[in-house]
Amino acid sequence: MEAYLDNSATTRCYTKAAKLMYDIMTEHYGNTSSLHTKGVEAERYKREAAKIIARSMKVEEKEICFTSGGTESDNLALLGCARANRRAGNHLITTCIEHAAVLNTMRALEEEGFRVTYLPVDEKGVVRLSDLEEALCDDTILVSVMYVNNEIGSVQPIGEIGELLKKQNHRILFHVDAVQAYGKFRIYPKKLGIDLMSVSSHKIHGPKGVGFLYVDSRVKILPILFGGGQQRDLRSGTENVPGDAGFAEAVKEVYTDFDEKIERLYSLREYFVREIGTIEGTTVNGPGGREGAPHIVSVSFAGVRSEVLLHALEERGIYVSSGSACSSNHPALSGTLKAIGVKKELLDSTLRFSFCEFTTKEELDYTLGVLRELLPALRRFTRR
Amino acid sequence: MFHAFLIKYGEIGIKGKNRYLFEDALTAQIRHALKPVEGEFRVTKEQGRIYVQAQGDFDFDEAVDALRRVFGIVGICPVVIPEDQGFEKLGEDVISYLKDRYGEDCDKTFKVHAKRARKTYPMASMEMNAELGARILDAFPKMQVDVHKPELMLHVEIREKVYLYSDVIPGPGGMPVGTNGKSMLLLSGGIDSPVAGYMVAKRGVKIDAVYFHAPPYTSERAKQKVVDLAEKVSRFTGPIYLYVVNFTEIQLYIYEKCPHDELTIIMRRYMMRIAERIAEKTGSLGLITGESIGQVASQTVPSLAATNEVCTMPVFRPLIAFDKEDIVTISKQIDTYETSIQPFEDCCTIFVAKHPVTKPNINVIKRSELKLAEKIDEMVDKAIETAELIVVG
Repeated sequence: MEAYLDNSATTRCYTKAAKLMYDIMTEHYGNTSSLHTKGVEAERYKREAAKIIARSMKVEEKEICFTSGGTESDNLALLGCARANRRAGNHLITTCIEHAAVLNTMRALEEEGFRVTYLPVDEKGVVRLSDLEEALCDDTILVSVMYVNNEIGSVQPIGEIGELLKKQNHRILFHVDAVQAYGKFRIYPKKLGIDLMSVSSHKIHGPKGVGFLYVDSRVKILPILFGGGQQRDLRSGTENVPGDAGFAEAVKEVYTDFDEKIERLYSLREYFVREIGTIEGTTVNGPGGREGAPHIVSVSFAGVRSEVLLHALEERGIYVSSGSACSSNHPALSGTLKAIGVKKELLDSTLRFSFCEFTTKEELDYTLGVLRELLPALRRFTRR
Repeated sequence: MFHAFLIKYGEIGIKGKNRYLFEDALTAQIRHALKPVEGEFRVTKEQGRIYVQAQGDFDFDEAVDALRRVFGIVGICPVVIPEDQGFEKLGEDVISYLKDRYGEDCDKTFKVHAKRARKTYPMASMEMNAELGARILDAFPKMQVDVHKPELMLHVEIREKVYLYSDVIPGPGGMPVGTNGKSMLLLSGGIDSPVAGYMVAKRGVKIDAVYFHAPPYTSERAKQKVVDLAEKVSRFTGPIYLYVVNFTEIQLYIYEKCPHDELTIIMRRYMMRIAERIAEKTGSLGLITGESIGQVASQTVPSLAATNEVCTMPVFRPLIAFDKEDIVTISKQIDTYETSIQPFEDCCTIFVAKHPVTKPNINVIKRSELKLAEKIDEMVDKAIETAELIVVG
């Protein structure tokens, strides 16, 4: 049996989306900038894609800027807004549990002379509004907070933050990295007070290499890529029509029968969390219930190196991620688990299980069974 | 301007009656090295020389790079082969060669070195040197003769055909792979073992390799890294047969039965035993390791003695007295460094004691190994039987 439980890393592309892309690549392959019919036809696909995506958030088609993915969207939002609004102020706020695409962009902005405040989180991985309120000053131009944390699935109080920012006596832009949230929540930026929002396609069963940045039409922003002036000068580069269209197809699909899907995910997750709790020496990190995202569970297994457990699971066809970024390539980036106070000896013993609409109870039972079998054996071998 | 190379080789020229074996091995290695290069090449052997001739268009830089990785080559001379139409024409050919190669304004000091292998040629070498030198001085007013330390040594060789060359690009030296039997390299993902393999191969030894894989304690990426390293080394050595041995069971068994501070030594002893058995089975005559005295606990002299003790085959340790920096320098030269320092190796330190023995006593180690008697032979047999063979390069 195979159980792919690494859907926060990436997902399987919907067949429908892949087929549509194939047709566009081989038949309707025009360049949207071309003046002839092939170009017009391609343009139509692209606009249709933007429309579908805009509708999913109740925003305008022209407020969607396609990018190469979450990282580019975050870069464009932060670099573009910070630079464009420099005259209004020099201070940026984010949290210490953001994705590297935000944190490292913030560091780059510090190099450019901006001042950045990194907000802490509570033991559930949630930002406190009081901390944000305290950090705000006359100089603040931008606040960037992720919707769902990618390591533990904690959900940030986006609506409350939006409201708080609106109450300030000068305009502060609000960027939300919604890479792990879009497709799991109905997100309406205008109602939540979000000015910019990053989304990636391959996390919601769309193709890789595509994403978008929602940019409220009133936002002042500068491009970070220069060239032919596509997408209203905000993002130059030949438009990725098959990618955009495949992405939109996935958006349609992911928001079909949405409530049932999410309800199902939550009950799968509750089941998994409950069962995991019956295994000795396990701790679920972050939110365990419905206050968290429906698809992410972070579990620490005392006495086992996460990488070893990961590879042992892999041998049985179960695919997961090691829970903290510190065991992958960049030790320095370990964020969330440390920030929520996971014990030092558990940091390197943590796995992340992430689900999607294709995840079944059978897969979870299989995984739980394998864990019950493997853990005692692996725990016999520890460094002496 | 060049369409051919004259290949100079050193040591192998002095190997008496075996000489043709060495030359054949060298031509075979040259052909192999040139296979991926853009263009078609003819490699021929004549009168103690090897020539590489491009058939039509080819990528000069790529060809030189490939030849510079062939052990046994001392020098690579890009050569021009004009038609032999008498001495007058030869004089013109020499002038146009120099113009093409160094430009009209050449101001180098030079010397002509003529060699007349075809004795029927109507002029003697000394005479040719003087006559060609005079014409060069006429054609290039800024050039001067310097017979002791010329900046430019123009070789003119009269054989079946006429050969002109003035550049010697240094080759790697050593001896052609395949002229010195075959040995089994214990290849890990580290910096040292690929360098060790490279160095022994440079002495003409064909290389096979064995890698000890311990899933789930080492990852698929760690294995891929070793395959990548073997691939890099194979650019010098030709194809490498890489045996991937699953070592997990043995490792866990040792962990359970033996004192912890001896784990590494005992593990290494079993690795040597397994490598030797595979070597015997596949026609290797020696083992190669990247060990270097004192680098880590398992490479102190007592530790080396303890691991060495299990083998009867010779164990070649070309890095034994090298400092780490020197090894790193070579690994950068042969382009294995970047791969070696990728972080997948040793993702698990469970099997490394916090305080390993540095002065193991062989008798103590042997006594510890007795505790493995029940299952170890069977496990070793199984590890050897189930070894996966990957042909690289």
